[in-house]
Amino acid sequence: MEKEIIKLKDIAVSFDGEPVLSGLNLSIRDGEFVTLLGPSGCGKTTTLRIIGGFVTPDHGDVFFDGKRMNDLPAYRRPVNTIFQRYALFPHLNVYENVAFGMRVQKKSREEIKKTVGEMLALVNLKGFEKRGVNTLSGGQQQRVAIARALANNPKVLLLDEPLAALDLKLRKDMQVELKNIQKSLGITFIYVTHDQEEALSMSDTVVVMDGGQIQQIGTPQDIYNEPENAFVADFIGESNILDGIMHEDYLVEFFGRKFPCLDAGFGPKEPVDVVIRPEDIDIVSPEKGHLTGTVTSVTFKGVHFETIVDFKGFKWMIQTTDYYEVGRQIGIVLNPEDIHIMKKSAYSGMFGDYSSYSEEFDELADPEADLVQESVDEENI
Amino acid sequence: MMKNRSAAAPFAVWMLLFTIVPLGVVVWFAFTDAAGHFTLDNIAAIQGHLGTLAYSIALGALATVICLFLAYPLAYSISRKTERVQQTMVMIIMLPMWMNFLLRTYAWMTLLENNGLINRFLGLFGIGPLGMINTNGAVVLGMVYNFLPFMVLPLYSVMTKIDSRIIEAAQDLGSNGWQIFRRVVLPLSMPGIVSGITMVFVPAVSTFVITKLLGGSKTQMIGDTIETMFIGQAANYNVGAALSLVLMVLILLCMAFMGMVDKDEEGGLVV
Amino acid sequence: MKTLSKIYNGLIFLFLYAPIVVLIIFSFNDSRSRSVWHGFSLRWYEELFCDKEILNALIVTLTVAVIATVAATVIGTAAAVGMHGMNGRLRRAMMAVNNIPMVNPEIVTGIAMLLLFAFIYRSTGWFQLGYGTLLLSHITFCIPYVVLQVMPKLRQMNQHMYEAALDLGCRPVSAFFKVMLPEIMPGVVTGALMAFTMSLDDFVISLFTSGSSAQNLSVTIYSMVKRRITPEINALSTLMFGAVLILLILVNVSQIRGQSKAQKA
Repeated sequence: MEKEIIKLKDIAVSFDGEPVLSGLNLSIRDGEFVTLLGPSGCGKTTTLRIIGGFVTPDHGDVFFDGKRMNDLPAYRRPVNTIFQRYALFPHLNVYENVAFGMRVQKKSREEIKKTVGEMLALVNLKGFEKRGVNTLSGGQQQRVAIARALANNPKVLLLDEPLAALDLKLRKDMQVELKNIQKSLGITFIYVTHDQEEALSMSDTVVVMDGGQIQQIGTPQDIYNEPENAFVADFIGESNILDGIMHEDYLVEFFGRKFPCLDAGFGPKEPVDVVIRPEDIDIVSPEKGHLTGTVTSVTFKGVHFETIVDFKGFKWMIQTTDYYEVGRQIGIVLNPEDIHIMKKSAYSGMFGDYSSYSEEFDELADPEADLVQESVDEENI
Repeated sequence: MMKNRSAAAPFAVWMLLFTIVPLGVVVWFAFTDAAGHFTLDNIAAIQGHLGTLAYSIALGALATVICLFLAYPLAYSISRKTERVQQTMVMIIMLPMWMNFLLRTYAWMTLLENNGLINRFLGLFGIGPLGMINTNGAVVLGMVYNFLPFMVLPLYSVMTKIDSRIIEAAQDLGSNGWQIFRRVVLPLSMPGIVSGITMVFVPAVSTFVITKLLGGSKTQMIGDTIETMFIGQAANYNVGAALSLVLMVLILLCMAFMGMVDKDEEGGLVV
Repeated sequence: MKTLSKIYNGLIFLFLYAPIVVLIIFSFNDSRSRSVWHGFSLRWYEELFCDKEILNALIVTLTVAVIATVAATVIGTAAAVGMHGMNGRLRRAMMAVNNIPMVNPEIVTGIAMLLLFAFIYRSTGWFQLGYGTLLLSHITFCIPYVVLQVMPKLRQMNQHMYEAALDLGCRPVSAFFKVMLPEIMPGVVTGALMAFTMSLDDFVISLFTSGSSAQNLSVTIYSMVKRRITPEINALSTLMFGAVLILLILVNVSQIRGQSKAQKA
């Protein structure tokens, strides 16, 4: 069992009177790749900055290796940060950027040369020593930032949405590279992103956040297969979420029909949220189906068709490789392992129905809606 | 962003000592007599100078308006040129400013005198000599000459930010030149206009050298009056302080008025 | 329309430069006249170089400008850094204070300083008008120019760069010099140049705060223009204009060189 390297206890912080984090408790193990995942404004970047020492919490404590770190300023903490948009020093070339931390520590010339060489080789930028940073592409700048941080031999690396500014293909390649670097160096990575695919593919542990609170912590598989509330179910992948009633363990009722499932531990006849992933639904002819409905729209996504089906007023999304035209009557079959039950929460009823556009799109038509981006506020703190 | 607020401490101390305290001292002098006792006599004495004050405001306003009308087309045409040309032209406009203010005014004395160059030139055609120096007109001319760049620069600065594509869009929608000016360029250049007016009117109203050199004994502006209150035999620090206070309040009112006209905070100091 | 605008621009430039050109031409005039040409001569330049009053004033002007610029640049840059980290209300208050010398008519600033020094002198006997008071007032009106040039550069800077330096182990002061200062340097330099120019050229404030002992060039010219008017002043104007022109050309050339270097890299 790896030891705990960072611990956040009862962290609370607010900016300009607005609470950003409240009652946050988090424990991070040495050597793991942890991702803080959530929408803009959920507090994930703030949490990262608290660990880095750039934000002081109003309440709570930060522990590193068991020692309380609240009063330690950023320049004395054994963590290093990769900032959004890299924050390379434009007046220094690549070599000097990577060597910066070591020069501050007054390391010897030979040692600096050796380490810079190793770091640049690690990120595949050998030969770039003399280049000015403004002449580099986004991906190259990213790697210099990584080399610069790792050259200091930190125990923990903090990464604030480092791949957000890169093209899709490059992003996917960098995800693999970062994971490899983390594995080979064995240090702890704390990664912040709003991209759930990124989180699922890179992490050992995912921490899902919303509204300044942790919604769920778990491995990528756990988060995906066993979401704990409607927010997590909707944020990760696509989900159909409906109201149901647990009759007894392993038996749930919705749409007037009882379905066997694999979850237990709820009270008798307890109202619950039922989650069914679009890719788990099998389409059959109406007579053979557990439920029947009408197709209302079909969108070709390349990998599959996104088919919206109307069941008695509730719209489901089904991902299928076959084409079912609009207006067709179909039936669906749900197997017990495809049905996941969650306790009701404050998020119940907010997600899971595919009858309308996204929240943001609806807001565009609302004159009263406040469309200011919250991520901007987070960055400026 | 780590906050290094304390870096501003020397600044705060310095400005307190040398900007805020002196203003307090002015107020003190304005309301006391030579022995240091409280009195309102100084404020009462201002009545005698109201005419001069009005005169200064009138001349200052006139010079400001002339500057505005002269500078506007110039600033606009510069802002539409290429970057290199813009830089050169701005430098050419700035260059005279770098020369000493007194010498620039003195240069006009040379030109405007009764046997100065302009009159000599006119004399070749049998005209004149025109009595140009020692008149109100000469003073306004001197003010316009000295302060024109201060009007051009803020206007130019704001106009460069007017994207040419906005003008193209207006043309595309059918506007002719005058309409484009009235509905697009004029409103967008308002912060520059406000800034320019502020930067010209304030020194224009309070100038005193220009009147001495180009206006002679016939013209006296409030700046001259204040100067005599502090330098020379007729010095009266207390009345002078009162007059300065009035001038300051006047300028503040104008700035507040300008601030209301330009609701965005951009008008402040477009340097 | 284009030719109209060209003519208009040309007229304005003529308006701006005619007096200066006339001044320069008549500085070489072999007579006292300011408007009648009598032949080429350098006598006014000779007289200029022998004029003790002017040479003294020149030394005062230059030394005050240099010292005031250095002091104002240091205080002003520090102020901008400090204000950059302040919350909105405090920052606006400080900016308002910063703008007071720029918004106030020069004559008011001048007499305010005069009264300050007079008040202190009457109470304590310190601060008689002279070099010291001149210097103090120059620093005061130079600071805002530096602040106004550095603030935008701070805003344009990538905010995370300073944090990156801290993150890599730099102490705050060291991080400022190693990372922030190189980024805001153009603003600092421009601010210093503006301060220098304003100090060199200052007349009104210097008139009120220098008394009779430490006259700077503008004040000396003023008394010359009031008393006796010889083309010596023309010669002085020409030299000053020439110096400024050369300085501006040098600055421009180095800017162009810097730009092309950056493009090549």
